[in-house]
Amino acid sequence: MEVSGLVKRYGSKTAVDGLDLVLDHGTVLALLGPNGAGKTTTVEVCEGFRTADGGTVRVLGLDPRRQGEQLRPRIGVMPQGGGGYPGVRPDEMLRLVAACAADPLDPAWLLEVLGLTGAVRTPYKRLSGGQQQRLSLACALVGRPELVFLDEPTAGMDPQARRLVWDLVGALRADGVSVLLTTHLMDEAEALADQVVIVDAGRVVARGTPSELTAHPADDQQLRFRARPGLDTDLLREALPEGMDVHEASRGAYVVRGRIDPQVVSTVTSWCAQQGVLAEELTVAKRSLEDVFLELTGRELRS
Amino acid sequence: MKFEPGTFTPAPGRGGLGRMLLAQARTEAVLTLRNGEQVLLTVLIPVALLVALAVMEVIPVPEPRVGSAAARTFALAVISSAFTGQAIALGFDRRYGVLKRLAATALPRWLLVAGRVVAGLAVVAVQLVILSVTALLLGWRPPLSGLLWAVALVVLGALAFGALGVLLGGSLRAEVVLALANIVWFALLLVGGVALGVESLPPGVAAVVDLLPSAALAEGLHTALVDGAAPGLGPVAVLLAWGAVAAALAVRTTKLT
Repeated sequence: MEVSGLVKRYGSKTAVDGLDLVLDHGTVLALLGPNGAGKTTTVEVCEGFRTADGGTVRVLGLDPRRQGEQLRPRIGVMPQGGGGYPGVRPDEMLRLVAACAADPLDPAWLLEVLGLTGAVRTPYKRLSGGQQQRLSLACALVGRPELVFLDEPTAGMDPQARRLVWDLVGALRADGVSVLLTTHLMDEAEALADQVVIVDAGRVVARGTPSELTAHPADDQQLRFRARPGLDTDLLREALPEGMDVHEASRGAYVVRGRIDPQVVSTVTSWCAQQGVLAEELTVAKRSLEDVFLELTGRELRS
Repeated sequence: MKFEPGTFTPAPGRGGLGRMLLAQARTEAVLTLRNGEQVLLTVLIPVALLVALAVMEVIPVPEPRVGSAAARTFALAVISSAFTGQAIALGFDRRYGVLKRLAATALPRWLLVAGRVVAGLAVVAVQLVILSVTALLLGWRPPLSGLLWAVALVVLGALAFGALGVLLGGSLRAEVVLALANIVWFALLLVGGVALGVESLPPGVAAVVDLLPSAALAEGLHTALVDGAAPGLGPVAVLLAWGAVAAALAVRTTKLT
């Protein structure tokens, strides 16, 4: 799948502003961004639900808007918030979607996998949000698609169901299915994606593998540990190599910044020993994807 | 959870057109007939009206009473399911995202519409069987010469009212659709030439009501089922015109969500 220079406006508001994406065959790409970043709009353009105002979109080599009838049998779509007749039972809905495919997966098996067997007689409108999401995921997968779009697949799910979705995405990838998913959950992107694209206000602000995005430059690493509050960090700073910094970030939580090598770790632990304290939870920290995300998109709440 | 390698190996493709049409139409027809409010609106109220018109002498109904009552309640049944029921169902289907869900499958858009039409006609067939049996039990002896005309009119009426139902249910919020569809149903029942014949309305009003699809359907069915004759050109033209205009507008205004 290839998106280049995608622009989409709603009235005077520009939802997507020159976005580029490449999803390689059999890989997982996560679009990560705050609410209103343009993730769903981008996905819906790729699915053929919306017309782009600029740029080109090719999905499996097809134009999703003009060649939708050829494209749709080959993709699986999990729209945000799911979809079903208010009174339909999960098995009826899944069987209907399965009937639209040439060689579908067994709906009964899929319902069991997704833990919906106990709810097969419950009308759609009375399913919980998480159950609706799981049914929607089943509908996206039942046709054995080549490419799957998952728009916030784990929204409203409990931790067990989230874990199941993660396993499913892993199995899809292993079987050669390409996956485009949107999320604002960092751990989800970190756990699932080969490539992460961080979007904000309709633009790409960063992209790369999760480890590329979370890697620290070599001379700006962190060593964190916990100990008794109020230790005199000046003494430690003197013992550390030139240019390194140490401070008590919050009560009892100490952070050493700079190039962290074995010598530095040894200096810190022996300083602790001199102070008669035990350094607990000592870690050489990677940035989390959340740190990267907040750094790039800001910490203020969006209205 | 572990999955056997190859479980999800892609094997995409579109299902057979006939199978898709049948699956969608059957699902939608079953959902309508399982929904209590829809059954009240499309079956119980028309049956009750049929019995009331047939046996309660205080309501002015031309002789033969049962035949006239059958013609009017058939018209009401079509309006109830094709227009009001369809509009409300569509309004809430959009709210619950099912149109988008189905539009994202291999189901072509024209088939999505065709499936709804087939489901709607199937529900009308069920309604008319129940109403016909009731009327026969009440002593209805329909002229056989008019039956085919009646069937043709019912199909035309269902399509015209169906188009109006989609026009209403396809663009507004579900709650607004619910209110409007019921108000219009009630208005057509009382003054649209259904419960009361057009002939019992004041002449000025009657001229306007004659142009309504409800009156056209009721009158056409009266001609077919009571007189056993072909309906005049008038009712057919009125139904065609309403249906065509509504369909043309609905194509532009209907939204998936």
